[in-house]
Amino acid sequence: MELIFEKSVESRRGFCFGASDVPTQASIPSKYARKEDALLPQVSELDVVRHYTLLSQKNFSVDTHFYPLGSCTMKYNPKFTEALASLPGFRDLHPLLAQLAGGERWTQGALQVLYELEQWMCEMTGFKNFTMQPLAGAHGELTGIMLMAAYHKSKGNTQKKYVIIPDSAHGTNPASAALAGYETVSIPSNKEGGMDLEALKAAVNEKTAGLMMTVPSTYGVFEPNISEIAKIIHSVDGIMYYDGANLNALLGRARPGDLGFDVMHVNMHKTFATPHGGGGPGAGPVGVNEKLSRFLAISRVVKRDDGLYALDYDYPESIGYIASFYGNFAILVRAYGYVLMLGREGLMDTTNHAVLNANYIMKKLAPYYKVCFDRICMHESVFSAKVQAARGVHAIDIAKFLIDQKIHPPTVYFPISVPEAIMIEPTETESKQMMDRFIEKMIEADILSQRDPAAFSKFPMTMPVERPDEVKAARDVKTSFFLPAVTDAA
Amino acid sequence: MNPYITNTPQEVKEMLKTIGVENIDALFGDISSAYAPQSFDLPKGLSEYEVMRHLTELSLKNNVHVVPFIGGGYYDHYIPTAVSSLSTRGEFYTAYTPYQPECSQGTLQALFEYQSAMCALTGMEVSNASLYDGGTALYEAMMMAIRTTGRHRVIMDGGVSPIYRKIIKTYTHHLSYQFEETPVVHGQSSREEIYRLLDKQTAVIILQNPNFFGAIDDLTDIIEKAHSVGALAIVSVYPISLGLLKTPADMGADIVTGEGQSLGLPLNFGGPYLGFMCTRKKYIRKMPGRIVGETVDSKGQRCFVNTLQAREQHIRRDKATSNICTNVSLCALQAAIFMSIVGKNGLKEMAQLNLDKAEFAKQLLSKIKGLEVKRSAPTFNEFTIHLPQDASGVVAAMMQRGFAAGFPLGRYYPGMERYLLVAVTEKRTKEEIERYAKALQEVLN
Amino acid sequence: MEIEENYLYTKEHEWVSIEDNIATMGISDYAQEALGDVTYVELPQEEVEVEQFEQFVSVESVKAASDIYAPMGGKVTEVNRKLEDTPALINKDCYGKGWIAKIEVRDMDESTNLMSAEEYRNYLESLGA
Repeated sequence: MELIFEKSVESRRGFCFGASDVPTQASIPSKYARKEDALLPQVSELDVVRHYTLLSQKNFSVDTHFYPLGSCTMKYNPKFTEALASLPGFRDLHPLLAQLAGGERWTQGALQVLYELEQWMCEMTGFKNFTMQPLAGAHGELTGIMLMAAYHKSKGNTQKKYVIIPDSAHGTNPASAALAGYETVSIPSNKEGGMDLEALKAAVNEKTAGLMMTVPSTYGVFEPNISEIAKIIHSVDGIMYYDGANLNALLGRARPGDLGFDVMHVNMHKTFATPHGGGGPGAGPVGVNEKLSRFLAISRVVKRDDGLYALDYDYPESIGYIASFYGNFAILVRAYGYVLMLGREGLMDTTNHAVLNANYIMKKLAPYYKVCFDRICMHESVFSAKVQAARGVHAIDIAKFLIDQKIHPPTVYFPISVPEAIMIEPTETESKQMMDRFIEKMIEADILSQRDPAAFSKFPMTMPVERPDEVKAARDVKTSFFLPAVTDAA
Repeated sequence: MNPYITNTPQEVKEMLKTIGVENIDALFGDISSAYAPQSFDLPKGLSEYEVMRHLTELSLKNNVHVVPFIGGGYYDHYIPTAVSSLSTRGEFYTAYTPYQPECSQGTLQALFEYQSAMCALTGMEVSNASLYDGGTALYEAMMMAIRTTGRHRVIMDGGVSPIYRKIIKTYTHHLSYQFEETPVVHGQSSREEIYRLLDKQTAVIILQNPNFFGAIDDLTDIIEKAHSVGALAIVSVYPISLGLLKTPADMGADIVTGEGQSLGLPLNFGGPYLGFMCTRKKYIRKMPGRIVGETVDSKGQRCFVNTLQAREQHIRRDKATSNICTNVSLCALQAAIFMSIVGKNGLKEMAQLNLDKAEFAKQLLSKIKGLEVKRSAPTFNEFTIHLPQDASGVVAAMMQRGFAAGFPLGRYYPGMERYLLVAVTEKRTKEEIERYAKALQEVLN
Repeated sequence: MEIEENYLYTKEHEWVSIEDNIATMGISDYAQEALGDVTYVELPQEEVEVEQFEQFVSVESVKAASDIYAPMGGKVTEVNRKLEDTPALINKDCYGKGWIAKIEVRDMDESTNLMSAEEYRNYLESLGA
């Protein structure tokens, strides 16, 4: 399909601003003025509407397709939450209004949303305070690690140097720890998918700043030795960091704060059904216990004695500003509405059915694909397509086969410690009929891998494009319409 | 009650039987009873219309009816209706990060177009597919400059948004970088002070145009000086102003960042917004965040993929260029649609309207006794005024008269308690500006 | 898996060929195959001093990034600029045109820390390659 720039026709317009109603006609002194116009497209509104509507149709999405993307939790995003975020009283509210003297009076509704959501998050996770500011999960991780650093600094723990991370962790964990100035130590998993305690004990010493852990792990397994692990880390005054990527498996069943964790982040889209938007915006609130509370980012939302909600900046030990304002508010409003609608029982149901659905798929596929950990799983299960790979059909080929079946592929090649990994997370919002169809297609893929492994190289065949040449994309960099086309040097 | 769960009691029974357990509780056997929540006290669920009513009531407790003359980097611009009708299409709105290119060409092409439009706007060669917001984008740019030069000294102009500077301070507090802040003199960057500090240890100079006080500048001379000692230059820009202002590329900038909220995003009480970053092609492998690239498929057709992924955390882990994963794709899409609808000529007209209306407001305000419009440097759509009294009190009084009068600079600049930052966008009418000036006169006298 | 007989090897799969006091280095056939199509080589700066086994180059493919370590300590005297435009040389001719850098060796004794072709072959076998 043509680019919007290629549809441009000189002098065509998509929008009229109307004539100026002020008498002034000013100009920028030439020294400061733009020399050539920005070459944005010149297209009509209809051109734009058609272009982006047609583009949208080239996507798979939760609204149109089953999306069993393990670890990413692509559950249904209720439509009413979009309406909540579009309420003019939220949508058109300027963030600096709240920072004016007396500005809390003009922003009470928004501050109440932030305050109450914080209370609920604390209750769901067993923590003392939350900051709603982090703008995505990874941003929450960095915030959490900075809180860890602030804690060690306040205790005079100058020797702290390492953050311990299991090999099954998301890549964001080591990247966040490194940004905060820590070196990382990787710990292998044991045969049951839990942490190798002996390896942990061997790695922990006075230089250990903390541990980052996802529970259940990215193998979909709850860590049975979590108390023991927390004890080991706390014995050297280390901080226990909970990566909330899989919190959706624990609502009402366990709380990170009770399990011995000191700090956590929540990926709002995974547990609280906010839309993923093709890669964001997200929200990654960070919760802390008593130990870390005083270091939390500012501003914080408080309820004053006069009953008014207000921003409070008076925390001398705070790590400071971590984002421009109070978080991705329009995402947080959606999560607030979701929690309010589901309530206690409804939230527990999400966890129950997410785990039920995941186990159902695991059980049904176990005869065909090698299950990594042969036990009851939590909200997702990890398979290895080793058997199929031996026939010449790799995890990526199965993924591409599914695309032709109009199913978004599961996560493949993650966790990186599992060869030919296929990670399946159906979420609680999918129906049994849809899961049965998926199971049937996965079995078909296995059968085809025996009968005609060569067939897979052609998949997908029914999409607007076939397999892209990613090597060319990385060698002949063309990331803008305005960069010259690169002729194939190879 | 949870209407989004589709399993019927009969189906639950069948599935449990397949799994081979008695009930759902049995699936949680790994979580020992010692780990049961100490409490899980949350409100009872509500119906959709009860939630709607509650949140509508809350939203009405926010005052969005005041006429806004407040900016500070975040502006009340008009957003063409098509922007939200297209960006909220489920196919965009409920898709994941485009890791499977064959079924994500919609998102990928839209992001490629976004990157192209950002290049057109800033004059730079390459753009990434977005970062969180203007402040965190500036932090990422600074880290990129430090990585690229291998140096650890940073010079930051005092005209850079104080919000951004606070963010950078937080992130670098525990790292051993050396920071220098230079003052703003007569509204613009202090050449004298910057030149005194620039040396061969300097990694980067961080600038903003227009600066936080609204003043515009030609930063070419500063950037040349930075390059002469091997330092890089970052310029944070306000996209709408680029309809009229000299591009950062023409000034020689190495990295350009900014807040993209003005490109079709609502104010949203602070987010989601759009952090953007552009750079020279030679630095593309040092850039953080996802980048979409053009390639061909096995049939030779043009298509788009996430490219240069070896920079990113999911491959390079602790050695990645950033920890960012989720960015703000949907906001980038909104910006792409906005820039397409407004178009080449529309952007210029929009910028001109902002300039004209701000100049009109300056004219009216300068007639008010005791009020001084600062004119030491030209401005775009935001400017600084000096009041005969504390700006906070004036703003509170103006609020009562139905105006968000501006942002008191004393909030972030101690000693500037009598200064007010006033923004005028294309949406302000002549009549609103006149009423605003009149109300301000009443408050001051 | 091709192994060049007269070269020396590291456990990180770099090869080195030393003539007079100049060590020419690159990555082995095993390494280039494990990486897949090389898309980018971040070359070291010339004149820079490196220690033996210090990371000084990185090589990227579409799905991986690999750190490359100096097989011998010394001063980098020359880098293979052709790799900037044609990183595929590493895949096509890893022991020849795909060389990465030349190092002026500081201490010839460091070569005792390296493996011969025979030892490297055994090492690869121990890795299950």
